[in-house]
Amino acid sequence: MTPSALLVRGLRKSFKDVVAVAGVDLDVRPGECFGLLGPNGAGKTTTIEICEGLTKPDAGEVRLLGRTWSDHPKELRERLGIQLQETQLSDKLTVIETIQLFRSFYRQGPTVQDVLALVQLGEKSKARVGTLSGGQKQRLALACALVGDPELLFLDEPTTGLDPQARRQLWDLITAFKGQGRTILLTTHYMDEAEQLCDRVAIMDHGRVIALGTPNELMSQVKMPPRPPREHAATLEDVFVSLTGRHLRDE
Amino acid sequence: MSSHPLVQLTLTRIREFAREPEAVFWAVFFPILLAAGLGIAFAGKPQTVLKIAAASTQIAQALKTEPGLDVAEMSVDEARLALRNGKVALVAEPGDGGAVVYRYDDTNPEGRTARMLADAAVQRQAGRTDPVAASDSIARDPGSRYIDFLIPGLVGIGIMSNAVWGLGFSIVDTRRRKLTKRLMATPMSRVHYLMSYLAWRMIVLVVEVAIPVGFGAIAFGVPIRGGLVDILALSVLGSLTFSAIGLLVASRAQTIEMVSGLTNLVVLPMWIFSGVFFSAQRFPDLVQPLIRLLPLTAFIDAMRGVQLQGNSLFHYGQELATLTVWLVVCFGLALKIFRWR
Repeated sequence: MTPSALLVRGLRKSFKDVVAVAGVDLDVRPGECFGLLGPNGAGKTTTIEICEGLTKPDAGEVRLLGRTWSDHPKELRERLGIQLQETQLSDKLTVIETIQLFRSFYRQGPTVQDVLALVQLGEKSKARVGTLSGGQKQRLALACALVGDPELLFLDEPTTGLDPQARRQLWDLITAFKGQGRTILLTTHYMDEAEQLCDRVAIMDHGRVIALGTPNELMSQVKMPPRPPREHAATLEDVFVSLTGRHLRDE
Repeated sequence: MSSHPLVQLTLTRIREFAREPEAVFWAVFFPILLAAGLGIAFAGKPQTVLKIAAASTQIAQALKTEPGLDVAEMSVDEARLALRNGKVALVAEPGDGGAVVYRYDDTNPEGRTARMLADAAVQRQAGRTDPVAASDSIARDPGSRYIDFLIPGLVGIGIMSNAVWGLGFSIVDTRRRKLTKRLMATPMSRVHYLMSYLAWRMIVLVVEVAIPVGFGAIAFGVPIRGGLVDILALSVLGSLTFSAIGLLVASRAQTIEMVSGLTNLVVLPMWIFSGVFFSAQRFPDLVQPLIRLLPLTAFIDAMRGVQLQGNSLFHYGQELATLTVWLVVCFGLALKIFRWR
């Protein structure tokens, strides 16, 4: 059996008297896209930040790519790509300057031009970050996570606040990255996003994992009263996108 | 372009600074405006002509023979009002039996000077002859005027303000944006991060020193008697010390409001006590030892000695030691308590 890309056992974390994570076990396999779902305050961000080595757990074990934060911090930083939920990159730098800065921290990785092309910001390379739209900023944040050619990518709510076109473009980028055999852990509170991107999901609430499986497994576990057969296969979002087109509105 | 992280981080510092017009104004134009304003107010004006009032025509005519006095004739009431309002330094009134009464504030140096000039003029006109012949030879050397005193002080205050404000604002803004935390999620070295701030200060330092010193030399002939190497070495030490203080001020703060308050708390006492605009010797003897411990006092004292008197930097061992202790203590403490997220 191949070792896990990410192995979490018995993770606990409290802030003052609030228990954020109350005993979490996770097992993310190499090459899969794993989703961490749950309402606000469920402990998703705390869990992912402990895995990223940015928050120290009170108890429990975290193993990434077979390494731990205490033994191989430098090696792990080189091999991980991280996008945080609330980061605002410097408004005064241009897109290309921002990517150059982040690229300089990593020993190896793609060229700045390749990353720019990958996230489709080539035309915006000389624009100040402060002038970018929400979708462009999110793609720039993804670019900064990809500059080190990571084996394991952490994305914390990558599409929150984006319009449907920008979300779908980001989905395409994440799917393409996964297609190269890389591992992804992402948090979201959009169920359609999890269904679209994730091979397996864990649903968290009150600091615990309360359900785990593929999206189809989870959906088949819930006994719903029989519904009248749906007249339409399309969702309302499909209607919106087919009417307004898939092209991005921010450029 | 080099892809070394320290180069890229330093470039980031420079870009963020250069693209903030307000910051450039405070660093470059403010010292020029301040030096020009104060220099024009104090440097060019001969302080020799004093305004006084005479309350009788006879006294006024006697006083007008003295070129150092600007005499206005007015009634006794008008003259006393002018004295109270500070429009004249002295009032000469007729007393009993042809005597003259001088009315002035003896705590005002101008009043005391006017008293001597006025009395000498009155006595001369009444026929007094001096037993010893005397004549004047005026010495107005560059190096001892107010503008000469001021320029090294402005260099010091520029380095201090820019370092403490600049570092504090930039570090806290990066932290507030959660960008510090994002950088910590990369392999970036913490030492490179902090060094990029020092490197940026060193580059801006050239401007911070060259502008006031150069402006003073060109506009007012303020001398540069010390070696440029001494001036540069002292400036580098001063800038590192104030950067370390800025680093400490910004080490925990999470909001711009908090770092502004802390910066004012640190910077304002030195604006007042360190002898920028007037000599620190004017404060009571009791607080002199404390004033001498302030880093800005040490910097300005050494800078005045090197620039104006042409002394070697080695004369200022105590000042250099004061700066170094502040540098080491603040930098060490900042490293220990710095909030990296």
